[in-house]
Order: sequence, then structure tokens, then C-alpha cells
Amino acid sequence: MTTWTPNRSPVAAPHVHGRANVPQVMRTVLLALLPATATGVWLFGWPALNTVLLAIAGCVAAEAAALAIGRRPVGHTLADGSAVVTGLILALCLPPWAPWWLALLGGVFAIVVGKQVFGGLGQNVLNPAMLARVALLVSFPLEMTAWVAPQPLFSAASPGLVEGLAITFGGGPLPDAVSSATALAPLKLGGDFAAGEALLALALGTVPGSLGETSALALLAGGALLVARRIVPWQIPAALLGTLAVLAALFNQIDPAHYPGPLLHLLGGSAMMCAFFIATDPVGAPVTPLGRAIFGAGIGALIYVIRTWGGYPEGVAFAVLLMNAATPLIDRLVRPRRYGRLRTGAPLPLAPKEDGR
Amino acid sequence: MKIFRFRGGIHPEGNKDPTACHPIARLPLPKRLYIPLQQHIGEPAAPEVKVGDHVLKGQRLARHQGSVSAPVHAPTSGTVIAIGDHMAPHPSGLPVQTITLEPDGEERWVETEPAVDPFSLTRAEVAARVRDAGIVGLGGAAFPAAVKLDAGNRHPIDTLIINGGECEPYLTCDDRLMREGAGYVVEGVRLIANGLGAKRTVIAIEDNKPEALEAMRVAAAAHPGISVLRVPSRYPMGSEKQLVTTVTGREIPAGKLSAEIGVSVHNVGTALAVCRAVRFGKPLVSRVVTVGGGAIRNPRNVVVPIGTPAADLVEFCGGFTVTPTRVLMGGPMMGQVLPGLEAPVVKGTSGIIALTAAEAHAASERACLHCGRCVDVCPVGLVPLELAARVRAGRIDDAAELGMGDCLSCGCCAYVCPAHLPLAHLFNYAKGEIAARREAQRKAEETRKLAEARRLRLAAEAAAKAARRPARTTEKAETES
Repeated sequence: MTTWTPNRSPVAAPHVHGRANVPQVMRTVLLALLPATATGVWLFGWPALNTVLLAIAGCVAAEAAALAIGRRPVGHTLADGSAVVTGLILALCLPPWAPWWLALLGGVFAIVVGKQVFGGLGQNVLNPAMLARVALLVSFPLEMTAWVAPQPLFSAASPGLVEGLAITFGGGPLPDAVSSATALAPLKLGGDFAAGEALLALALGTVPGSLGETSALALLAGGALLVARRIVPWQIPAALLGTLAVLAALFNQIDPAHYPGPLLHLLGGSAMMCAFFIATDPVGAPVTPLGRAIFGAGIGALIYVIRTWGGYPEGVAFAVLLMNAATPLIDRLVRPRRYGRLRTGAPLPLAPKEDGR
Repeated sequence: MKIFRFRGGIHPEGNKDPTACHPIARLPLPKRLYIPLQQHIGEPAAPEVKVGDHVLKGQRLARHQGSVSAPVHAPTSGTVIAIGDHMAPHPSGLPVQTITLEPDGEERWVETEPAVDPFSLTRAEVAARVRDAGIVGLGGAAFPAAVKLDAGNRHPIDTLIINGGECEPYLTCDDRLMREGAGYVVEGVRLIANGLGAKRTVIAIEDNKPEALEAMRVAAAAHPGISVLRVPSRYPMGSEKQLVTTVTGREIPAGKLSAEIGVSVHNVGTALAVCRAVRFGKPLVSRVVTVGGGAIRNPRNVVVPIGTPAADLVEFCGGFTVTPTRVLMGGPMMGQVLPGLEAPVVKGTSGIIALTAAEAHAASERACLHCGRCVDVCPVGLVPLELAARVRAGRIDDAAELGMGDCLSCGCCAYVCPAHLPLAHLFNYAKGEIAARREAQRKAEETRKLAEARRLRLAAEAAAKAARRPARTTEKAETES
């Protein structure tokens, strides 16, 4: 008979555990980002792949260095995969042909300033990737808005592998021929609002824009996976996209000439990416269903306000950071009602009105 | 019948099939029985026998003391060979006062109370028989059943709920009991209902036990006051508060008893014990235990005398196939680790579960992601991640403010946590700390009151003395003159 030596450490129940764990959550997020990443690399060629790899490398190297300096377990912590997720999300927000130092610097900034100074995973108040995006946008506005028109991989106009390396590491300004305006530009510059064919292009992603944010369909596919697997709560994307759509529809009704309709807002820019992958980063989001809905709605409203009346064409990063800052307040104000108690925390009165039930 | 939904909850892997498919087996009489005097919530029982005494099966070994307590009876006939410390079935492994019995193998019963028509008994008589039989809640909490019946006399009970939820994974003892002894269970249910004066009775069974549901429906069909209710399989359905909500739609107000809203909850195993006690006059001396878990060779349910060492059960079920990582008493969600296989089965032991490493899905702890899954599943509506952060920082008072005291210790939060934080572990610590602080505060208050009373008494004495002194001097003067 196999024997058993009692383990005298007093471990409390439960003695079994669900299958969920942090590395698995991060792997699922990476899997969900795959369609958007693949579409981005396909549309913008080898330089886009370089950007992705450099941003991830920057994040992972910075995380490893910060952990080593803080004398914390490097291998165990890196294995949670959160640095890779941050790097990939940052890369998908960057211009596809970003110079090497932009992606690398962004990655390092995201991890060091956005995450490790707060104490690492789970401790940061603000979304690291969005913090880096804003920091890069205000520091390097030229490089951060150098959009290229899509030239699918292996097409004649697409740069080859070596040429791609030259674009990434060469450092020269982009040839004028390829630079272009994004789909959201008409919001600020005036002009034709997208309609029909243009909306289809937005859905497929065949428009100039950030590396992984142009294809709404690819993002939606990944987002659906996350919601279905319950990796992200549905309330955030629903409230975010819903609020954005309602505001856009409302102002579009008032003055269609000045305010584009909801479809452009939903499909263009970073709205889809934000709704499923950025706003849903649990670290900076509230923990209750109602809190999440408020958070999502807040981001949606801020995106609309910044896009429509703000100084930047896209407001996703600012909107997320502002609502991240509001999260502790939301979590304090929105708490579930406890069993057997009123919302105030006082016990339920005895002898409830039975006739009412 | 309408079913109400309670907040949160989880769907853990049931792992009930390996034991649910076998009939209950009977354990051969063990060589020694170790019967702890404290097997229930409340005061320990006081021994009535001495070393060397020969006792008969069902003879009382120790009587109850205090209002919340239960007597202990001899599980078989034999000789008392020791009264002293033995390992308690508690994670601490600390010894408790235990009577050691060497069976004589004859299983001779003590003369039991004559069988009567149990429905001719008054409520008080039913409660007395239940108390004298040493019956405690067999679902695991081991609260003396007679105390609950008494509470029914103080508060009018309109609904009796019989808990056949058995929501803990692995455990199937109630399932088998309902399949094999439905008639006796229903009779016990009717006796409890009678004892409480309940208007209606609901036997709630989770939908993962279709055979038990069917057996109970058939057994209860002749009794219009009893309905058998199919409830969804969702842990912690078997928790009293959650079951009351599921069946009645009402919540038990914080700090109140279920009896105060007219509901009483008893376990199906308890109902069977009540039937045996009231109809046949037989005390609680054995119970059904699920011996399961991936490390047990032949997992099954076994009926065993109280006091049987866990080792005898494991051996009867073929021993371990692999070395278990943990051996538990009770289910894996709320059970406790056994300090050793010499610990005995007590009245509240629903299972001996030997888990393999693969079943436990244990992983090293990581950083909290703030993902809020613990909030989603908490059946109380707590925010476990906030509580955990405060408990870790030693801010117990802040945790109490956020409702730490309402925690059921059901473990849903820890089960789903992707960071594998030991949430329930932290909360048990915090609740112990809160109880200790409250006790310290009560003592300080008591001391202050005593000191105040002493000060007042001394002041009064001094005043009386002062008042007498001039009188005495006058007396003196009078005698001198």
C-alpha cells in the first residue's frame, strides 16, 4: 500500500482549484491579438514585423532588468507573459513603419514608468501601453503620425526583407509618396466622411493607420474570443462601443455635415482595439459589473469628445488613462450589495413585506 | 415551484461518478474506536464511563453539558480501554479528550426506548429524543440538531428545507443515502416537520443527482405537505443562506437565524438519523462516509461506526494508488486537511478525500490582476481582492469594515483566482483575528465594568464609614460620660 506522510502545514480550503491561471490568461490575449497582428504585418510589410518584435523586446528586456534590480524572481515573473502582451499592444498602436528607437523606447517606457515603478503587474494605476503611447505622441509627434498607405506583403510596392530593415533601422524620413492621412483625419480637417466603400475598407483595414488598429474585423474576431472565453468582461466593450455609437448618432442627427455617423467612429481609429484589448486590461479597470459599465461608457464618451472637439485626431489613449485614474473612485462607490444587508450595509429588516413577493 | 437565483457561485468539477455508482458498503468492525468528546459545535460532552467499563452498543458514554452540546454513545459493544488525548480530526493535529473503545465483536445493543408511533409524540418529546440520541447536523457543520428544533419553538417556522444539495465535489454520501434509504429519510423529514410545526416542507436536491431526485419523489409522493425540488447544481447551493434564498427568494438578514424568518434547514443525513432516533430509539452511532479522491484505489461510500480511524477506511477501500498530496476530511471546497490517518471519523465527517497533485491544479502564487473574477463569484457580494489586500497589510479593521465578517469561507474566490492567491486562507485568518479582537474587547469591557463597580463599592463603603464615624464618636462620648 502506498503510504502517505501528513503535511503538517495548515493549508486552508479550498483544496482544488479551477484551471485558470495568469499565464494562460495572457496566452489567450496573445492568441486573440493574432488576427490583428497578422493583418497589420500583411498590410504594412516587413517593417511592421520589425516594429512588433522591437516593442516586445523593449518590454521584455525592461521587465527583466527591473526585476533583477528589484531582486525579484526574473524567470518566474517573466513567465506570466504580461510584458509580451504590453509590448504587442503598444506595437499595434504605433505607426507601422516606426523607426527602431521609437518602438524600443516605447516598450522600455511602458514597462519602467508605466508598470515597474508602481510595483509590477497588478500594481500600476495607468495602462502601461497607453502611457507609452501618450509619452511618444507628445515627445515625437512627427514620427508618431507618419502613416503609410497599406502595401500588402509580396506586392510590388511592399518593401522586401532587407529594405524593411533599412526602413526600420535606417532612420530616414519616410518617402512622401507613402505617407498618408488616417481615416479619422476628416474629423478634424473636414472633407468627405467615409461612406460605403470607405467603410468596408475600414472594416478590412486597407487604410492608413496604426499597425494593428486598422482592421476592425480582425480585432472583432479576437475580441469575440476573449469575451466568449470570459477573459474580458463583456460590459466594458459593450458600454464603450455603445456610448460612442450613441453620441455619434446623436450629433450626426443634429448636423450630418459636421459630425460623421457612428460607423466611422466605431470602425475608424483605435475604437475597436480599445474596446476589446486596451480598456479591458483588468489592472486598471473596475471589478464590479456596474463599475465596468461606467468605466466603459466613460471611455466611450471621452473618445468622442476628444475626437470631435479635442486637439488630437484620436483620443483613445487619453480616454483610457483618464478613466484608469477614475477606477479607484468607481470601485469605492460601486460595491455589490452584501447578502442579508441593505445597500447601506445595515442588516435587512426582519419580517419583510411578504405580500410584495 | 419557482426557484430563485443566488448571487455568484461556481461550477467546480464534480468528480462524483466514481463513488456515486457503488452501493453503500459496510465496514467490518475496526479493532479500536476513538470517540472524541467534542464532535459538535458547542460544549464538549462529559464522560460517564471509566476505563475498564464494559459498554453496550448505543450506551451513553458522555452526556451533553450546556445549552449547545450533544451526548456521545458507544458505536458498538466493548470495553473502554482509555479516556485521554487522541489526535483530533482537525488540521492542527492537537489532541482532544477521547474515549478509546475495544469492540468485543458482539454488537450487543443496549436496551433502547420502546418503539412508539412517532407521530403521537409532542414537539418537546421529539426534540428530547433527538437531543438524547446525540444528533448533530450531518452536513458537516455538526450543529446540535435539537437546538435547531428548539429554535423552532421560539420562532414560528413556515418552511422546512431539507438540504440534499451536496454541492461539494467528490461527496456522494447524501446522494447514496437518498437513493437507498429514501423511505427512512422522508419519515425523518416528516418527524422534523412535525417537531417544528412547519407548514410546508421542501426537499431540495441538485439536478446532478437524478436517481436521488426520483427516489425521493417516489418516497414523498404520498405526503402532500412535502415537495421535492430540483435545484441547479451550483456551488455553494448547500450553504444554508444560499439554499434558503434559492427556495424561498428571501435572504436571512445579517446576524439573524434562518428561524427568525420562519425557515429551518436540515440535512438529509440528519433526517435519517432523526428517523432512527425517534422511531427506533437508536442514537447516532454510525454514518455514511464517502471515501474518494484520485488516490483511492476503490472509491466508494461506506457506513462506519463513529470513531473509526481514517486509516481503516482507506485500507478498506484498497489503499492509495499513488501518494496523495492532501488527505481531507470533508469535501475539497470547505473540508480540512487531516493531520494523520489515525484521526477518527466523527459525526460531521462527510468524506475522507485523498487528492492527487493533478486533481488539485495547484500552482504558485502570482500577482493579483485585479480581474474581479472573485467579485463575480462571491455569493455574499464581497470584493475579495480588496479584502485580501487589507488583510495582507495587517489592516484587519478595514477588512471588517468591508464586510469580512459576512464571508462564508466557501472558497469560490480562491477557486477561480487566476493568480492562485490564497484568498480563503487569508480570510479565515482575518475572521479568527476579528473574533479574537472582539473577545479581547469584551474582556476589557468586562474588566472595566468590574473595576468601575469596585470603585463605586469602595466609595460607598468609605462614605458609609464616614457617615458612621461621627456616630461612633458620639457613642464613645456617651459611654465615657
